[in-house]
Amino acid sequence: MIWELLRRCLIFVVSALAASLLIFWVLDSGCAPAQSALGVNGTPESVRALCTQMGLNRPFPVQYLDWLRGAARGDFGISYVSGVAIGPQVTDQLAVTFWLVLGGIVVALLIAGPLGMLSALRNGRPSGYLLSGLSQIGVAVPAFLAAILLVLVFAVRLDWLPANGYVVPAADPVQFLRHMVLPWLSLGFVQGAVLTRYVRSAVLDELGQDYLRTARAKGLTPFRALARHGLRNAAIPVLTVIGVQLVTILVGAVIIERIFTIPGIGKGLADAAERRDLLTVQGIVFTLVMIALLISFLVDVAYQLIDPRLRTAARR
Amino acid sequence: MTAPATATPLAVPAGTPFRPLGPLVYIGAGIVAFIALAAVVSFFWTPFDLLYLDYAHRSAGPGTAGHWLGTDRIGRDIATRLMVGARTTLYVGIVAVGIAAIAGTPIGIVAGMVRPGWSEVIMRANDVLLAFPALLLALILAAKYGGSVTTAMVAIGVASLPGFVRVIRSGTIQVMSTDYVLAARVAGRRAPGIAARHVLPNVSGLIIVQASSAYAIAILAEAGLSFLGLGAPASVPSWGRMLAEAQSLLTIAPLTALWPGLAIALAVLGFNLLGDGLRDRLDPQLLGR
Amino acid sequence: MPTSQTVEPILRVRGVTVSAGGTELVHGVDLDLMPGERVGIIGASGSGKTLTCMAVAGLLSGGLRAAGSIRLVGVATDLIGARESALAKIRGMRIGMVFQEPMTALNPTMRIGKQVAEVMRIHGTQDRRGAARATVELLNQTGLPDPERIARSYPHQLSGGQRQRVVLAIAMANGPDVLICDEPTTALDVTVQATVLALIDRRVREENAALLFISHDLAVVAEVCDRVLVMYGGHVVETGSVLQVLADPQHPHTRRLLADAELSLPGAR
Repeated sequence: MIWELLRRCLIFVVSALAASLLIFWVLDSGCAPAQSALGVNGTPESVRALCTQMGLNRPFPVQYLDWLRGAARGDFGISYVSGVAIGPQVTDQLAVTFWLVLGGIVVALLIAGPLGMLSALRNGRPSGYLLSGLSQIGVAVPAFLAAILLVLVFAVRLDWLPANGYVVPAADPVQFLRHMVLPWLSLGFVQGAVLTRYVRSAVLDELGQDYLRTARAKGLTPFRALARHGLRNAAIPVLTVIGVQLVTILVGAVIIERIFTIPGIGKGLADAAERRDLLTVQGIVFTLVMIALLISFLVDVAYQLIDPRLRTAARR
Repeated sequence: MTAPATATPLAVPAGTPFRPLGPLVYIGAGIVAFIALAAVVSFFWTPFDLLYLDYAHRSAGPGTAGHWLGTDRIGRDIATRLMVGARTTLYVGIVAVGIAAIAGTPIGIVAGMVRPGWSEVIMRANDVLLAFPALLLALILAAKYGGSVTTAMVAIGVASLPGFVRVIRSGTIQVMSTDYVLAARVAGRRAPGIAARHVLPNVSGLIIVQASSAYAIAILAEAGLSFLGLGAPASVPSWGRMLAEAQSLLTIAPLTALWPGLAIALAVLGFNLLGDGLRDRLDPQLLGR
Repeated sequence: MPTSQTVEPILRVRGVTVSAGGTELVHGVDLDLMPGERVGIIGASGSGKTLTCMAVAGLLSGGLRAAGSIRLVGVATDLIGARESALAKIRGMRIGMVFQEPMTALNPTMRIGKQVAEVMRIHGTQDRRGAARATVELLNQTGLPDPERIARSYPHQLSGGQRQRVVLAIAMANGPDVLICDEPTTALDVTVQATVLALIDRRVREENAALLFISHDLAVVAEVCDRVLVMYGGHVVETGSVLQVLADPQHPHTRRLLADAELSLPGAR
């Protein structure tokens, strides 16, 4: 198992390096920082001179390694558009988005766990059809539509919750929660619908397993047999989906944060992209992709812990 | 060797569902056909001229002055814009899924035919790509080149690629383990010949199924991008942008948000139902279950 | 044995049918199982023998429905139409089961010992510590080498034959009155088949359980059973003592099974 973990770590490191190279290469801003520093007064000659002075036309590998050293410490340089240090800004934004993603996946799990199981157990009965029909519709609803509808009902019509804005949890926990409820539900409903379908099919797979019949032959009712023997096994495929969904929610935050004007990393990315602030985009994309790769690495590790077959397979 | 010598066909294993499908595929196909028809008809006829502004009836409800679904805040006919918006949605989807299918199929087939070591390398690279969802790629491209339909299509296409590679690879592995491929290899047929003659025809069903599912995701992504203003320009009607515009006057005219939202959800539902239905009909062997 | 005729049957099956949707797959099966008696049900694939047994255990899958009457001594209600919770109390306690496919019959993510102990914990026949001790003893009785180590293992670390022994250990843990075996040796290597068969034979005798043994192989049934039911197309077409049926088969289908068995006889032993 140690070797398998090391192998996974190696894959993670290589993937992270490949991704960072890709990000740096695609979002290379060239002489743009020099251009922007000189503004409209810059002649082509003076821009070229400053560009050289700033080290922006050193060989690509040198620049890349230089950038990577900084990026590894969370230092993405200073934005040539806004003049703000990118690293600390990203950290602040990430803290906001963290709450959004956490709440979103919790809502999704709270919806998908019980509903997915129920619709599998009720498979073939009217209530089962109803549940899988509802999840099918839920999958087709984009998060921003859910957000708009939720705002329409709970903020505009009923006026129960604020339509947008963000409050730091430490400052006022109640207001924080009130502001986060609608964003959480927007992300959670949609991802919950997606997850429900995976939970359902994983549980259905389990229900068809011989060892579940053995469990019932031992004297467990279908529900208890599933709870004791099925869920751990069903968790294996579902875990992958949760990993993918965390990434989806993280990136989907771009839209949700825009709708609810939440100052998270998604809004930061969309704003930077709109301003064509390549350096900031680079820093944020790097952060997001590293988190995405880290999540899939952790999912892989979790597999090893859940499934004993993988453990011994690796030991051999 | 351990396979049961007598599989009793009557003995259905506990819990195996009797799933009646059928109608859902046709509902999905119907929705898709309806949207495609609306898009095609919009080239020849729309309820109103696309550029016509009905100042007298702004933010009007459905049925007002011949506007089936009402008008938006500057008096444009919503039904007309939805029909023309369907063109954008379908066009972006076709190109994006086309990119993914055309690039993903050969990569998937190669990954399924080469030695496991190489296959592992391809799949790891594929996993790296998986860490770049469509929205992220679109934002990268928009930051670099400015947001446009082209960047949206490329971003969605590249983001859909890993899904194709995975599915086609597992289908290829299934095909490669069959007796007729073994026979072809014994007969001395080379790998490219086997890929063209045996693998491709057998995974073509998978391509169609995956394309249908990818299309649903592409519609969602396109809507999200144009919602952010990173897709079609303001002059071209698109469902996502209509929704974004409607968001600002949610208090006055909530229905203007409902129609494009409904259109997006319906289109995604249609392609999902179609994809799921086709998948259920497909040879289960190829799905690697 | 003349006395066995006067004793009440432990399991009494009357007119049991199994249907899927509107189609009847098993038609009116009658069966009496005396205490300690061994009855085989033979038939080709699709003859309905497995469905009949699943109906007895109440383990038919979702789309299938059983009708008729199944009574177990000491249980006040009919097993057909009984509540799931009532059936759960009987399964694993009064009725043990061994299935055809040992490779998939055990939970891959749970240690063997825990899976065996569970059946005693569910029915409260042992406390936690007692169950652990009894587990090792049960594994030992099924002839598994180094039972302590086996108890700590996961299913994938065991061979098919070993896993089937574990399933048998689970089935016999609470000393059931009836053991149902559904083609228990079919999926095993020929070399292992005979030993597992001998083990079932021994364990049933030790626990004085009645045996309901399903097989498509007449030779196997002849080895462990006293009496045999021949099923064909969802009907019981012939019934009698093993000797009687072997010596003088009445139904053409039985004769064909017999002919097939003769051919495979050297291989099965």
